[in-house]
Amino acid sequence: MKAAAVDYVRPRGLAEAVDLLNASDEARVIAGGQSLLALMSLRVASPGLLIDIARLPELLRVADHADAVIIGACVTHAAIEDGRVPDPSRGLMPRVASTLAYRAIRTRGTIGGSLALSDPAAEWPAVLAALDAEVVLYGSSGRRSLKCAEFTTGIFQTRLAHNEIIESARVPKLSADARCGYVKLARKSGEFAGALAVAITDPRRGYSRVVLGAANGAPLVLADTSRLVAEGRCDPDALRGTIGGDLDRASDRHFDEFQRGLHMVAAMRAVRQVLA
Amino acid sequence: MTAIRLRVNGAVMADDVPPRLSLADFLRERRNLTGTHLGCEHGVCGACTVLVDGEPARSCLMLAVACDERAVETIEGFAGDPVMAALRRNFHQHHALQCGYCTPAMLITARDLIVRERAGSEREIRAGLAGNICRCTGYTNIVTAIAEAAKEIGKEAPNAQ
Repeated sequence: MKAAAVDYVRPRGLAEAVDLLNASDEARVIAGGQSLLALMSLRVASPGLLIDIARLPELLRVADHADAVIIGACVTHAAIEDGRVPDPSRGLMPRVASTLAYRAIRTRGTIGGSLALSDPAAEWPAVLAALDAEVVLYGSSGRRSLKCAEFTTGIFQTRLAHNEIIESARVPKLSADARCGYVKLARKSGEFAGALAVAITDPRRGYSRVVLGAANGAPLVLADTSRLVAEGRCDPDALRGTIGGDLDRASDRHFDEFQRGLHMVAAMRAVRQVLA
Repeated sequence: MTAIRLRVNGAVMADDVPPRLSLADFLRERRNLTGTHLGCEHGVCGACTVLVDGEPARSCLMLAVACDERAVETIEGFAGDPVMAALRRNFHQHHALQCGYCTPAMLITARDLIVRERAGSEREIRAGLAGNICRCTGYTNIVTAIAEAAKEIGKEAPNAQ
C-alpha cells in the first residue's frame, strides 16, 4: 500500500524541531524511517506532519569521553557496525549492529529511532539497558537523562514525551577485562528476535547484568542471574535453575512454554559466552 | 508539493513531489526508471534496493523528499562499473535468475557485499543476501555467481591478498 498524504518539514536545528512538535499533536519525528515508513505504508501510522531530523548536526555528533561515549541519536546502525564511531563496548555494539535487520536497513535506521520506537524485539533497548547506558532527551524545557533500563516501559512504550526528541545515548565504557555475551535467536538472519539475551560482566567496575529482549514487554533484567554472573560461577544446573527462577518471577510477561524455552536457551548461551 | 533536487545515476534532476511519495515511486513513475522493482512496499523483500549516497537502501522505505540533495544509483546506472560488469556476466553464466524480479536489487546488494569485502565465503554471501528474497532460484546459483564475481574482482584488484 501507499502511505496516506502527509506534510513534511526539515528543520535546521533541534530547538526548531521541538517547536514544531509542540505546535501539532499530529506531528511525528522521522529519522531513518525504517519502521515509521513501513507502518505508514501499512496505514498503521498516519501522521499529519513528518519532522525530518535525520540530518540535524546535533544528532549526528559523537563524543569520546574518558568514561563514556556519547552517540548522537541519528547515528546509523551501519556506522556502529563499521566502527565509524568509537566503541565503548569492546566489540559488543558492532556485533549487535551486524545482526540488526539487513544492511540496506542499517544504512538508514538509527540508534535513537530504535530506542524511540522500543519495539519489544529490537536490539538496542535491551543492549543499551545491559550496558547501563543513559538516553538524553531534549525538549522545550531543556534536557533530561534517563537510564535506558527505565526509559522503555513496555511494548512500544517509553517515557519520551510528545514534545521531546532523543538527542543521544550515553554509553559507559567497559573495562579492558570486561566480557560480553550476545545471543539473538531468529528464524532468519536479520529478522526480529524470537529471543535475545545480553550478558555483561565487568569485574573492575563491579558491574554485571543479564538482560533479555523480545520479552513481551520492556527489556527484562534477570536479577539473580546477573548476581551469579558477578560471582563468575558457571555450573550449568545452577545457571539453569537461576535463570528459571528469574523467568518465573516475570509472571507478568506471560511466556508460553516455547517462549520460555527460547529465553532459557538464549540466556544460557549468552552467560556461557561471558563465563567461558 | 515539495521541491527537491537530487542526482540520479549521475544526472541532476529537480521536481516537485508530494511528501508521501516514496523514492521507489519517484524513480518508477516520475523518471521511468522501472528497473527498481517493488515487491512488498514495507521493507521486507528487498526488491527495491538502490544506492543512496553510495550505500544500499530500501527505496520503498525512503521518501523522495528525504533524498533532496542526495545521490541515488539505480540498476540503470553502473555503466563502466567493473564490479557490476563482473556480476552481470556471472549471473548470466551461472543462471542466477529465473523470473528476474529480484535481480536488480540482488545485483546492487551483491555489488555492495563485494565492495565491502563481505563476499569471502558462501556463509558470508548468504548472510549478506538475507534481506533480498528470491522465490525462483533457491539462491544456489545466485550465491555461486556472486562468489565467482568476487573471485574475479579479487584477482583484478592490485592489492588483493
